[in-house]
Amino acid sequence: MTNDDLRGSVRFESVRKSFGAHVAIRDLSLTIRPGTLVTLLGPSGCGKTTTLRMLAGLEQPTSGRILIGGRDVTALPANERDVSMVFQSYALFPHMSVAENVAYGLRSSGLGRKPATEKAEQGLELVGLAGYGGRLPSELSGGQQQRVAVARALVLEPQVLLLDEPLSNLDARLRRRVRTEIRELQQRLGFTAVYVTHDQEEALAVSDEIVVMRDGEAAQIGAPRDLYEEPASEFIADFIGEANVVACEILGHGAGRARIRIGGYEHEMAARPVPSGAGRLAIRPNAVYLREADGGFGGRVLSAAYLGDHVEYEIETAAGTLFVTDPAVERVRPVGSSVGLGLAERGVAIIPSSPRGGRQVPPQTGRSA
Amino acid sequence: MDPRVRRLDLALLVAAAAFLLLPWYRIEGGVLGFGWFARYPLDAEIGPAVVQLFLRGAWWLLPLGLAVAAGAALRFRRPGPDRGSAVALAGAFGIGWLLLEGLSIGYRGWNWSGWETLFGPLAEGQLPLGLGGMALALSFLLFIAFGLAERGVMRGDAFVVASITILVGLVSTFVLYPIASLFIGAFQTFDGSFDPTSFIANIQDRSIWSLACLDSEYSCGIAWRTMFLAIVTGLGTTLLGLAFALLLTRTRFPFKRPLRLLTILPIITPPFVIGLALILLLGRSGVITRFVADWTGYDAGRWLYGLSGIFVAQMLSFTPIAFMVLIGVVEAISPSMEEAAQTMRANRWRTFWTVTFPLLRPGLANAFLIGFIESMADFGNPLVLGGSHGVLSTEIFFAVVGAQNDPARAAVLALILLCFTLSAFLAQRIWLKGKNFTTITGKGDGGRHVELDPRLAGLVYAVVLPWLAFTVVIYAMILFGGFVRTWGLDHTLTLEHFEKAFAFALSPDGIRWSGVAWDSFWTTMEIALIAAPLTAAVGLLTAYLVVRQRFAGREVFEFLLMLSFAIPGTVIGISYVLAFNLPPIELTGTATILVICFVFRNMPVGVRGGIASMSQLDRSLDEASLTLGANSFTTMRRIILPLLRPAIVTALVYSFVRSITSISAVIFLVSAQYNMATAYIVGLTENGEYGVAIAYSAALIVVMVLVISGFQLLVGQRTLRRPAGAAKSAPVPSPAFSEEKPT
Repeated sequence: MTNDDLRGSVRFESVRKSFGAHVAIRDLSLTIRPGTLVTLLGPSGCGKTTTLRMLAGLEQPTSGRILIGGRDVTALPANERDVSMVFQSYALFPHMSVAENVAYGLRSSGLGRKPATEKAEQGLELVGLAGYGGRLPSELSGGQQQRVAVARALVLEPQVLLLDEPLSNLDARLRRRVRTEIRELQQRLGFTAVYVTHDQEEALAVSDEIVVMRDGEAAQIGAPRDLYEEPASEFIADFIGEANVVACEILGHGAGRARIRIGGYEHEMAARPVPSGAGRLAIRPNAVYLREADGGFGGRVLSAAYLGDHVEYEIETAAGTLFVTDPAVERVRPVGSSVGLGLAERGVAIIPSSPRGGRQVPPQTGRSA
Repeated sequence: MDPRVRRLDLALLVAAAAFLLLPWYRIEGGVLGFGWFARYPLDAEIGPAVVQLFLRGAWWLLPLGLAVAAGAALRFRRPGPDRGSAVALAGAFGIGWLLLEGLSIGYRGWNWSGWETLFGPLAEGQLPLGLGGMALALSFLLFIAFGLAERGVMRGDAFVVASITILVGLVSTFVLYPIASLFIGAFQTFDGSFDPTSFIANIQDRSIWSLACLDSEYSCGIAWRTMFLAIVTGLGTTLLGLAFALLLTRTRFPFKRPLRLLTILPIITPPFVIGLALILLLGRSGVITRFVADWTGYDAGRWLYGLSGIFVAQMLSFTPIAFMVLIGVVEAISPSMEEAAQTMRANRWRTFWTVTFPLLRPGLANAFLIGFIESMADFGNPLVLGGSHGVLSTEIFFAVVGAQNDPARAAVLALILLCFTLSAFLAQRIWLKGKNFTTITGKGDGGRHVELDPRLAGLVYAVVLPWLAFTVVIYAMILFGGFVRTWGLDHTLTLEHFEKAFAFALSPDGIRWSGVAWDSFWTTMEIALIAAPLTAAVGLLTAYLVVRQRFAGREVFEFLLMLSFAIPGTVIGISYVLAFNLPPIELTGTATILVICFVFRNMPVGVRGGIASMSQLDRSLDEASLTLGANSFTTMRRIILPLLRPAIVTALVYSFVRSITSISAVIFLVSAQYNMATAYIVGLTENGEYGVAIAYSAALIVVMVLVISGFQLLVGQRTLRRPAGAAKSAPVPSPAFSEEKPT
């Protein structure tokens, strides 16, 4: 590969980071292809922000190498790396105007005052804030501040744009709009972006690829659809969307389909090749449909909650208690009644067994969304 | 060009200039005089290191040259961790060798006979280091820093590594080295040889440790007297301070705002001025003494001159400090605690003793320790009131300046004093750490402080009001005492004292400053003005490193810097005299040593203020700047400094004012050429010229009030101009003067 092909790519090679005795990142290897938006997703304390900060140069790996655009940047300080970052708190400089904020990075890299101002103005235009340059950050709304932070990072035309939970300080409605804007901007300009969030919905919405992290390791890497439909572990199944994880028996596999038995009920479904025997099944709450009790697979309603567009049930079955959402709001099943259950074609996945408590890192997939 | 190459070039440039161009040794009369230029460079006293090497055969400078050459050779290697290690190694070797040869070879050759037996005698010795030597030391430190940065230390941030390296170098030179010299001084005789006998004799001296006062009429040893005084002063100031604090927060005392002004008094009052005013009031021919004698025939005698007088003066001087500490503690107790107690049927008396007071206890202990340290370190009041029967701090002074001239004894006394204050300081840092019951969290916590029980309030009023009146009389005495001819004898109003001190005349060549005070006044202003920005810079840089950077030994680093606050000024003074009187560094008698002394004595304030305000700045602001491509120096200059402006101004004003009022360390370091106002005033009192002394003191106080209020106005305006923008980032009011005392 030539250097130009590598521009915008990121590689973590066996990176480890510890703070004293605490190990933040165990052993992370990761490749990010140019022009993609990759999300680091995980619960708090999983090491996603540390990973991002190591990429920015704000933390230094304890061991391992980090490459940006094919160049080893492990020992380079933040200001000498070709990345820029949007902070959770935006970190707009309160004593500078919006235009000065956006021009700051340009001036730092040696651009003259006039070209810097012009480029800053273009950057503000890009995020729809043309004409706001003279204001102080404190005179803007939260959403506007966020866009200034994006503009400030983008005008430097970095190889990689880093976003650290950029939406967490916005209210829920605004969040949806801004994440769409960021995604559009990224696809239009074609830069590489690394995006940290703990919100799985946000991750599913914007990413080309998601790296789910847990305890300082990548638990699974893949396109949003892969993660949702083929979770590699119980953790992933429950973290990406919600899932009931129940024990099942795999009766056989052939031609991309598997036959399983759950609570005495046999079911055939699409599946990757799996060995026969005991296994576990991830069932999405909306993948269970309710029917009349017919002596087959079924259970007893433990609780029911009417939520307007759907009803939430807890149903006790032979396989365990299932959490079920049912769109049939016109008929709420009373607590204590018996219901029959069926499984939908989609939303049910066999979780591959793994030796270590459900954590598994599959080999790097070459698939893109 | 690669920044790693560029910055190494800078260090090499400094090194080359230091070794090849700049005068290596100290030049008598100052390097800024440029009188030396005529004989430059081929002169044994003036020449740069390379000339010394060839002209005088100063072979011991050769390894330094080799270290520089190694750095220059590495310049052309590819930057990377390997080169980094090599450069750092060259620097470490250079600085190590510089230390070794500097400490080993003095004016007349080897400093230690061991070297002589090993290497044979030297033909000639060397002078103290000059500009060249200092610059080379700096460049070696830069070698180390840049080398380590190239290895990726501190995320490869050269500015940060260089700052740490240089600060460690400075603190080692100007805090640790003098203290080490003090230890060595205690074990040395006049000719410099090691001699533990004098140390043993000194440390066992009966005049230090005698306990005779317990069972006879002889007085106890000076160490016990000093400790006794410090304990009593600590207790007294704590109780009085508490009374003041309670008065302010828990009664309906009508004049609360003026009462807060009290906190500013200890900063603007030169330490001996209280003693001076006391003499004028209560001394042998003091106003009150005379008045009492005239009316009752009772002669109070000389009670003021001794421990009792020092105690009164210290109570006056340090109560405001205890007040300052305790007001914070008292206000920090959440009112809801007391309200909760009351809803549980506790009356106000019970609430105070079961809730408020227990919560106050750590604060009281803290205030006591501060009072203890202050009393130990106090030099001005004992000097004016104690005469030769003073305390440790004055005894140290008289051991070196008086007829005794016994530096070894001074060093031993200084070590004893240092042990006392350091124990209190350590107790404060370790024992009180984490015992803080501050209950207000910063979240809105409604409620009002419960008023004191009437019995308690009555007691507080009974203590505070007379004391307040006394303080007012004392300060009136200080401000207007200079207008009376001779206190106690001739109360005619006169301007003659001011005229003597501050006379000036307009002549055709400009203003002629003929008053006796002008000389020391201008020197003081000049030195304080030079020291202030340096103090602020060093202090804030340290704060930046401590708050924003993680590095091994950071806590030790911070501790060392704060430590210099716990070292009594007298100890600093004597240790500077011992350390900087001979090669490798000779500074005594210069203005430089005064500036350095002020910088390192006042720096902890800048550090503390900087830490406080920097902790309020969101860390992601500087990280944002870094990821936007600015290096940490630019970040410091364009982001942190503008947002810290109030803290900077505070540090500037504070160090300026403290330089003016300081006496204890200064009195050892002044010279005929560079006399400071405080030292001059003390000289006046020693000659009995109380009128001029008090007039000069009043003038100083007025100047400082003007400076402080001027600066406060400036800072106030700044915050007005940027109300919205600074709202989140810089809500640093001016607790300017509320946190300046050692803790």
